[in-house]
Amino acid sequence: MALHFELVTPAKLVRSEEVHMVVVPGSEGDFGVLEGHAPFMSTIKDGNVQVYKTAGAEPENIAVRGGFAEVGDAGLTVLAEHVEG
Amino acid sequence: MANLKELKGRINSVKSTQKITKAKQMVAAAKLRKAQAAAEAARPYAERLASVMGSLATKVSGDSAPKLLRGTGSDKRHLLVVVNTDKGLCGGLNANIVKEAKKQARELTAAGKDVSFYLVGKKGRAPIKRDYPDAGKQGFDTSAVRHIGFDEATQIAEELVELYEAGQFDVAHLVYPVFKSALAQDPVTQQLIPVPSPNTAEASEAVVEYEPDEEAILEELLPRYVKTQLFGALLEREASEQGASMTAMDNATRNAGELIEKLTIVYNRTRQAAITTELIEIIAGAEAL
Repeated sequence: MALHFELVTPAKLVRSEEVHMVVVPGSEGDFGVLEGHAPFMSTIKDGNVQVYKTAGAEPENIAVRGGFAEVGDAGLTVLAEHVEG
Repeated sequence: MANLKELKGRINSVKSTQKITKAKQMVAAAKLRKAQAAAEAARPYAERLASVMGSLATKVSGDSAPKLLRGTGSDKRHLLVVVNTDKGLCGGLNANIVKEAKKQARELTAAGKDVSFYLVGKKGRAPIKRDYPDAGKQGFDTSAVRHIGFDEATQIAEELVELYEAGQFDVAHLVYPVFKSALAQDPVTQQLIPVPSPNTAEASEAVVEYEPDEEAILEELLPRYVKTQLFGALLEREASEQGASMTAMDNATRNAGELIEKLTIVYNRTRQAAITTELIEIIAGAEAL
């Protein structure tokens, strides 16, 4: 049960890892992505991407600004214009 | 024949020039490594964005497509966005970019189009202005920025999109150098606006859900795509500049070395001749006694 999660900014590939769940701040509401999610695409608003490494673990927050998220066969890809830290 | 003192002076001056070119070469080599790493790191974003663009653009077509994708409906006024470096000492790089830009401009003019310029970087301004006096009006100055980043690309892209929305031009092409190796940097021309429809017709069989909807996402995506293109061009420019600079300085260092060798031979010969003359004088003097 692992979701392939990638966080990419114009400057570099920030994250590329297997995680349990990611909660993305979509422009029309936050949404969580687990493995096997249906193909989906959304723009994102400024906020925190929450990464759950394992079920029930404390989420890791990554602040992102501007961009969009894509869920496909390969997993979740978040293309963000800026990532804090 | 030059006297010994003059020769010595020249040798020393060439030696100090050689030191400078050598230093510049090493600096360029170090910067090149960094610039290449930056260009490499930017690739995943550009690739993903292009693939997303490709899948979206095939879904949204016709009149509902945003203006950035559809075009203005005419192709009379062309804008050439020319990316040059800010600093010299990089061989023929800028001359080649300018040549490519002028070639494009001539072709467009021959086809009856209007051509205007948007110049990024200092070194392209003077040579392009010589043929196209109006060229200096629009441009972006990157000379004050130490590390070129996405912010600069954003500013350029926003200005271009604004000009486009204001109807200042119909088609924009981007002219920039592509870094192949330290020896080869080829200037290329690429259509920037309207965004060319990617021909990756990978019609995914899966039904993708969009939030908000296709048009809205595309609307947001296109300016971002233009930004990414510009960012890529700026990174390529950076790598090309350092690569070209490294090669040019390597040549300069080698030439200086050759010149020093030649001058040293002349210097030694002259010295030998002077000694011989002196000896002859002494011997002649001794014989006369």
